[in-house]
Amino acid sequence: MQFFGGSEISPSPPAPTASGNNAHMMYVFNRNGVCLLYREWNRPLHTLNAQQDHKLMFGLLFSLKSLTAKMDPTNAGKGNLGVPQLPGQGCSFHSFRTNTYKLSFMESPSGIKIILVTHPRTGDLRESLKYIYNLYVDYVAKNPLYTPGTSIRCELFNTNLDQYVRSIA
Amino acid sequence: MAAIYSLYIINKSGGLIFYKDYGSAGRMDTNDSLRVASLWHSMHAISQQLSPVAGCSGIELLEADTFDLHCFQSLTGTKFFVVCEPGTQHMEALLKVIYELYTDYVLKNPFYEMEMPIRCELFDINLSLTVQNERVALLGR
Repeated sequence: MQFFGGSEISPSPPAPTASGNNAHMMYVFNRNGVCLLYREWNRPLHTLNAQQDHKLMFGLLFSLKSLTAKMDPTNAGKGNLGVPQLPGQGCSFHSFRTNTYKLSFMESPSGIKIILVTHPRTGDLRESLKYIYNLYVDYVAKNPLYTPGTSIRCELFNTNLDQYVRSIA
Repeated sequence: MAAIYSLYIINKSGGLIFYKDYGSAGRMDTNDSLRVASLWHSMHAISQQLSPVAGCSGIELLEADTFDLHCFQSLTGTKFFVVCEPGTQHMEALLKVIYELYTDYVLKNPFYEMEMPIRCELFDINLSLTVQNERVALLGR
């Protein structure tokens, strides 16, 4: 069994369960906006090439975060729109829904952003994202051969992630 | 306690044509509300590009830590969005009612110029009534 260095990031086969695979894709970004991991399970539509797609996704999250920080109706003392904010500072968001997908978002205190795109009818995934973050800590951050800031190529992480995402209802 | 914090209407090019605040802390000034509205317009468009499946028509609900944002886009591209407390129900219905008011009291107003800021007294009156009723209904639920 190969533990480290598996470089294949190809889509995994469809879930064998009858409930079907709800998840479309997942992104992991670090605080500099580098896409550490992109995994795709079920994505019929590609509008852009991979790099542009990652950039657009990071841009969307970044701008939505500054929008929610500015809009926060419970806090009177907000800065200007787009003022730089540390992870955990200001009002953030945890998901948005369109008619075709639901995007769930989590940011760790170190600025790792985990994004999971699923079917629009999926429930609250905040706990699931925390679990995925734990997987990241266990299999990536604790991996001695992993250099922070480079793309994630840990086979154990990928297999565990696939397994877990398939189990999300 | 306010269930609904604010209401925005933006035209098809992202310009703010109506903004009403219903008691959020730190009301936004005119410049900020214009910026936020056009930023929402762009985010709405980008979310359509990132869809994994064809036929996406943009964000309908954004769940932030301290508020929910419900958005309704009419066929002509005018967007109505309401900022409310997390977990407030029946906001889609409210947005449809507001759209109805918009068609009745704004679009049918012969003095209203398309895509320009809304200054129609009847619209204001009926909107306040609707939001008031919504609040009463929310308290009753």
